[in-house]
Amino acid sequence: MKTFALSVQNLIRKPGRTVALSLLTAFLSLAVFGGTVVVLSLRSGLQSLESRLGADIILVPSEAQSKVSFKDLFLQGTAGAWYMDASVTEKALEVPGVEKAAPQTFLASLKADCCSVKIQVIGIDPQLDFTVQPWISRSLKNGLGDMEIAVGCKVEAGMGEILRIYDRQCKVTACLEPTGTGLDTAVYCNMDTMRKLLEAAEEKGINHKIKSGDEDIISAVYIKVRDGADIGQVNSALTGKLRKVTAVRTRSMITGISDSLAGVSRTVTLLIALVWVLAVVILLLVFLMISRERAGEFAVLRLLGASRQGLGRMVLTESALCGVLGGAAGTALAALCIFPFSALIEQQLSLPYLLPGAGTILALALGTVLLASAVSAAAGFLAARRLSRVDPGSALRGGT
Amino acid sequence: MRMIAENVSRTFFRKTGEANYFFAVHPVTLELDEGSVTVLTGRSGSGKTTLLNLLSGLLPPTEGRVLLGDTDLYALPDSALSLLRSEKIGVIPQGRSAVDTRTVRENILLPALLYGKKPPEEEADRWMEELGIASLRDARPKELSGGELRRMAIARALSAGPEVLFADEPTGDLDDVNTARVLEIFRAFAHEKSKAVFIVTHDSEAVKIADRTLRMDAGTVL
Repeated sequence: MKTFALSVQNLIRKPGRTVALSLLTAFLSLAVFGGTVVVLSLRSGLQSLESRLGADIILVPSEAQSKVSFKDLFLQGTAGAWYMDASVTEKALEVPGVEKAAPQTFLASLKADCCSVKIQVIGIDPQLDFTVQPWISRSLKNGLGDMEIAVGCKVEAGMGEILRIYDRQCKVTACLEPTGTGLDTAVYCNMDTMRKLLEAAEEKGINHKIKSGDEDIISAVYIKVRDGADIGQVNSALTGKLRKVTAVRTRSMITGISDSLAGVSRTVTLLIALVWVLAVVILLLVFLMISRERAGEFAVLRLLGASRQGLGRMVLTESALCGVLGGAAGTALAALCIFPFSALIEQQLSLPYLLPGAGTILALALGTVLLASAVSAAAGFLAARRLSRVDPGSALRGGT
Repeated sequence: MRMIAENVSRTFFRKTGEANYFFAVHPVTLELDEGSVTVLTGRSGSGKTTLLNLLSGLLPPTEGRVLLGDTDLYALPDSALSLLRSEKIGVIPQGRSAVDTRTVRENILLPALLYGKKPPEEEADRWMEELGIASLRDARPKELSGGELRRMAIARALSAGPEVLFADEPTGDLDDVNTARVLEIFRAFAHEKSKAVFIVTHDSEAVKIADRTLRMDAGTVL
């Protein structure tokens, strides 16, 4: 029996029924696709943050603790305008177990012409840096030169473009991959460039807490612990040795974020499961009602020579097609709700949020449509079974 | 093509006295010859429709077999039997037998469409013309009267060009003029095209075109 064309015609000629069935699967796929994209984005954001930080411990002045939460600093790009003596780097390197120590100097967030968001200028020492340099080296082999900058993905400037900061021209020589965190609004430069920018700011009468002449101050030191060394012990040793400095373990910060993420994931998963159970139960009931309504129609088809298997296939094809339609509609709707508003979602969740790549999203969308179609077909299975067993003789005489 | 029913019987579950079943059709042997009209009469509930369903491949017998040519209908798997019914057996059922989502013409062409065959459009148009429903070709079944629906079912069965045609009370909803026209069509279909026609009816007019008349009572063909 050739049932596909008939199934399509049946769907077209009963638009109300088709739309109702498709809507149910649309809710399913909206929940699945939307929820999964959000959870994946959170996980991917966390992974990205973890790998971008690249350090086991971060040293900051003790005063920083009272100014801002470190979580906010990295997730929201909150200004980190605190400073300590540059000698902390050398002292840290003397602590057993410390393999690398890379200083960074933060300039408070500033508004630049390029961008809709505030950017944070961060000075790094290209000789010592191991947190940003590996990312920069993908596009810039020789490191950051004079008046050269590497920009986060939310800084709206492309490679080779000139970005004006305090009227100084800075050439963009590297664009960093997105992290879904405040690091995406950072502009990295070497310490000389940083001082020149500070001079320019002073010329314009803008005062920062740090002055262009302050050569030996930094905001943070990123520590990489030697393989095999106990990070906790190194952390304690650093705290003991360095006065007025706080050592923050990035793992504990990441774990904190990870715990919040697990909470969000659990809620989203629970919601998806609830929607699924509801939708499947409703689909089953709807298909059973439809099987009663269509008993006469199927008795006629059976009378005309349709096989049981062919009739079953017809119902399954119809329900699977409804699943495809609803699945595609729900996925498209979820995409419309999520992608244009990812910045807002990121802001509301206060967690690292990084959308998966196009390939992953496409595969996920395809998987969702297939799943919706399979669920719809499975829900239609009972109806298919029931309808394929219709006895045409009794059905056409009024009974079923 | 000749149809033979050999000792065909059918029981149904029903608690009656000591037995748990009753005979809707007692064992019967009969032949439907090509080129002849067989008319079966009998009181309501005598088992006429059950016998028609047994012969037309719609209801498996409890015992016995039904042969179309050399083919034992109920020895075939469902898919093969369905295909054979679609190609060689036409059934005009007693009740309403239209698919409401399709037009009259589409209903008539439906048997061919089920198997993706070229629909017999010329035949369909010709039978609609002969049965006086040509003007209703694009109408939906819900817009039709009982008599028009009955004629649509007749046109559908004839358009498929079956070897054996079964009709259950085919003139039940028809006026005298249409009854005469339909009976004449059945007669001509059997005699001119050498097909077997089996009619179940209460209509005494139908008996007039019969080459053979059978009567049924309490499940037994007399």
